[in-house]
Amino acid sequence: MGDIARERRGENPGYPERPGTSRRRFLDYLLGTSAIATLGAIVYPIFRFMSPPQVIESTENSVVAAKLNEVPVNSGKIFKFGNKPGILVRTSAGELKALSAVCTHLECIVQYRPDTKQIWCACHNGQYNLSGKNIGGPPPRPLEEFKVNTRGDDIVVTRS
Amino acid sequence: MRIEHLTAWLDERLSISTLAAMVQKKEVPLHRHSIWYYFGGMTLFLFAVQVVTGILLLLYYRPSSEGAFESVQFIITEVKFGWLIRSIHSWSANLMIATLFIHMFSVFFLRAYYPPREITWISGVLLLFIVICFGFSGYLLPWNKLAFFATKVGTEIVGVIPIVGRPMLRFLRGGNDVTGATLTRFFGFHVAVLPATATVLIAIHVLLVQLHGMSVPPSLAEQSVKKMKFVPNFLLRDLIGWILAIGVLAALAALFPWELGEKADAFAPAPAGIKPEWYFLFMFQTLKLLPAKIWRFDGEVIGIMAFNFVALLLFIVPFVDRSPQNARRRLAFNLIGIVALLFIVGMTIVGYVT
Repeated sequence: MGDIARERRGENPGYPERPGTSRRRFLDYLLGTSAIATLGAIVYPIFRFMSPPQVIESTENSVVAAKLNEVPVNSGKIFKFGNKPGILVRTSAGELKALSAVCTHLECIVQYRPDTKQIWCACHNGQYNLSGKNIGGPPPRPLEEFKVNTRGDDIVVTRS
Repeated sequence: MRIEHLTAWLDERLSISTLAAMVQKKEVPLHRHSIWYYFGGMTLFLFAVQVVTGILLLLYYRPSSEGAFESVQFIITEVKFGWLIRSIHSWSANLMIATLFIHMFSVFFLRAYYPPREITWISGVLLLFIVICFGFSGYLLPWNKLAFFATKVGTEIVGVIPIVGRPMLRFLRGGNDVTGATLTRFFGFHVAVLPATATVLIAIHVLLVQLHGMSVPPSLAEQSVKKMKFVPNFLLRDLIGWILAIGVLAALAALFPWELGEKADAFAPAPAGIKPEWYFLFMFQTLKLLPAKIWRFDGEVIGIMAFNFVALLLFIVPFVDRSPQNARRRLAFNLIGIVALLFIVGMTIVGYVT
């Protein structure tokens, strides 16, 4: 009589349960480790797939941020520095300043306020002076400052 | 809380024991045709693989004509195991269509559609069409040249159907031509409409199998057939099949990674030797062999209408062939099945070699 028929009648199909038997334990061990290994081989790629790869950041150290006539006195302009925004400010004295435009608080993009002559983050009222130092509100650190040079009509910003 | 308490608590609220008893009731007949019982479960397993890998691909895929190709390129070149996930998605799709065809033909030849299983058959035929739509819509998503032209031709075929063809073509393409609008639409069908529909149909299909039990072929006397518990015995056998399937998928993905090809270009000529996916090949080949004019009609229109007609016939199979008593009808259906199978296999082979 087949095992299945006996099983259907609720009988034990002939392999007595002997939990202590070393062969049974060994087979259980093999089965268990194979199951874990198989699961691992499936879960690991899925896990790695889900974590996004590092996109290579632009390595350029210098960028043409604007033309001179695009930044009047006492105004600011956002420019692209690689894949991050920067802010270019011409002070009321006519001096050019370039800073990272990413607020050090929660990464909002900052702007220049002609009325207070400061850099201001609208999200949580963070304030920086024109050297990027955090002077009011929640920002914990100053903005990174870049070097500014003019080359003819172009304003060139360089990471210092 | 002790585990028994938790079980009792859940049981009181969810009637788990009733469900468990229902599952326990399911038995699988053991006879010389039992091998065919594996293919339904295998198709379901491969569908589950599609769902998992599909959701993963959604993490990076961008459905636009500007970004689709690049995002798939990004998946297979930059994302860790991206090549694996994408290849498994493509290979599993193809294997699923293969196992689905095997499942359908085995159900046909073993007469598992006899009363009271007509609705199980109909839900299965609907699932076949859904899966074909999955294949067709998914094929476009990488936005490569082959996909672009396959979609052009495939939607054009819909367009030749009299009266309803043109409006359907415009609906499918999201305009008169295959553009980014088509891609957006196909993406929506592929990841929302079709999965939702398929899930409902699969639930109905599986519940009906549970309700009626596994069909024993009428050629065997039901009483004399031995049976095996589905849970856990047959399920464990299924599991072995599924583990093998994972192995096959991984091997296929590693040895024959699915190609991405070149980005689609609406102003480039169709590449030479372009052919549809294998499961459309027999129709493609038939249309190629038909003469330009059959009586007063275009050959391709006749061919396409004929395929549509045959597809509709699939639905009425269980209502025409209802009982094993009618021997002549049984013979006729066997012959129809064999001719259809030979036609599909033959035309597919011809399509490949020419």
